[in-house]
Amino acid sequence: MSLRRWSVTLLAALVALITIAPLLWMVSVSFMARGEAAQFPPPLWPASPTFDNYHLLFGSFGVGRFLLNSIFVSTLATALALLFTIPAGYAFAKLRFKGRDAIFRMLVAALVVPGQIGMLPLFLELKAMGLVNSYAGALVPWLAGIFGIFLVRQYCLSIPDEMLEAARIDGASEGQILRRIVLPILTPIIVTLALYVFLSSWNDFMWPLIILADQDLATLPVALAVNSRQNVQDYEIMMAGAVVTTLPVLILFLALQRYYLSGLLTGSVKG
Amino acid sequence: MSSPALAAILLFFVLPAAASLFLSFTDFDIYALADIGNLRFVGLANYERLLENPLFWKAMTNTLLFVGIGTPFIVALSLFAAMLVNSRWLQWRPVWRVALFAPYVTTLVATAVVWRYLLHTRYGLLNYLLSFFGVPPIDWLGSPTASLPAILLFVGWKTFGYNMIIFLAALQTVPRELDEAARIDGAGWFMRLRHVTLPAIGPTLLLVSVLTVAGMFQLFAEPYVMTQGGPAQSTVTILYFMYEEGFKWWNLGSGAAVAFLLFLCILAVTLVQLRLARRSGAI
Repeated sequence: MSLRRWSVTLLAALVALITIAPLLWMVSVSFMARGEAAQFPPPLWPASPTFDNYHLLFGSFGVGRFLLNSIFVSTLATALALLFTIPAGYAFAKLRFKGRDAIFRMLVAALVVPGQIGMLPLFLELKAMGLVNSYAGALVPWLAGIFGIFLVRQYCLSIPDEMLEAARIDGASEGQILRRIVLPILTPIIVTLALYVFLSSWNDFMWPLIILADQDLATLPVALAVNSRQNVQDYEIMMAGAVVTTLPVLILFLALQRYYLSGLLTGSVKG
Repeated sequence: MSSPALAAILLFFVLPAAASLFLSFTDFDIYALADIGNLRFVGLANYERLLENPLFWKAMTNTLLFVGIGTPFIVALSLFAAMLVNSRWLQWRPVWRVALFAPYVTTLVATAVVWRYLLHTRYGLLNYLLSFFGVPPIDWLGSPTASLPAILLFVGWKTFGYNMIIFLAALQTVPRELDEAARIDGAGWFMRLRHVTLPAIGPTLLLVSVLTVAGMFQLFAEPYVMTQGGPAQSTVTILYFMYEEGFKWWNLGSGAAVAFLLFLCILAVTLVQLRLARRSGAI
């Protein structure tokens, strides 16, 4: 029995090592001297670790600007998504209004329609509104988060009606009920949703690429992709750029992974 | 309380998606972009021209290859990982679960850049590893036959953790006694997988397949960063084609037609999957 235990664990460790090897290698190469990675056999470890690539990245490449852009867009996307989806999710679970269930069924059906289908008309629509090349344009899709509404609704269903009814009898307005009673109960799912939107908007590529044509407005993934098409030979710099782009969300996930994984399951157990 | 969100969904999701169909019947191009007076209704002309465009068919074929090869590959990979992590003999389970999930939360563009170097013909780690098994260097991203498997390898690495978590939740509902009874009856590993595990997680298998198919139809950043659609257009996907049609050549009418065809493809494949699942009794 013990042999079996060790062999299974060893296999899992091996698979895990292979899985995170690209990420470890990315970090390792980012500390190498210029040109060091372009050797055979490929070095696994920097001969003398250096911060040169990061200095160059934040100096002449001006990555600090893109980092701030990304933080700004993702933070605002998260705040707006919460502001729009939490009341909606609560309403679909607990408030009675005309056509509620029919609208909700349509929303769930719309979950399978990829956002890219409407990308070209959305671009024209935002152009007419003067929002092309602005952060407002980049943020717009996050207001229409059907998945978030779904997630909040599922969680709200478990709130007992008697609790809300009692508050209503005490004369609380619907807004007060949402703020004072519902929001505290929803805390775990709000953390999940916030994390989900933040990571998704941080990692998003196609829409910011289209709507933020101005280089100064670019988010990290867009700036990295554009540069990677030009500086193909600069291994070490590109790896440092990849580290700056992906490390913040990786750390955020590791810190809050419990919330993320539980939310993923709430969202997927709908079929 | 739901009205702000519903208004946003109507304005920024439903309206554009519906307008896509309308746009696809017009010749919206750079001239119409400058002056809407140049816009003309052209009926099905965009669709006719697409069906005569070899690059459109190339993009279509490539995407169907991604779907056809990628879906079974990724579903199998995810299921294997989930069964490994679900094994009752496994120690320190949470550690392995997080490690295997980590690629999913990384930034796609960043890891695509990393993989472009991992797959480098001369200096890449993958070819270096393969050289120990006597495999000569493969020009992963430079050869029209290797580029698609190379991107699939990357996509599989990036996404299997997500499916694994969904599978893991389903596997935990399969009673251990059932598996144990089959083992005592002398059923081997594959027999138990085929007759005990898979039937028990049927609906989840369907869910993961549907999600993976949708994901495979939407590949864009991967070819954009790793191959720019090449070599010899072997990695131009439908979405990549739509992007170039719409935002490089500003043929928005034709691009919208591509978007609508993509939507029909996803719908058709999903319906086929549902029907297959129903016939096999999974749902």
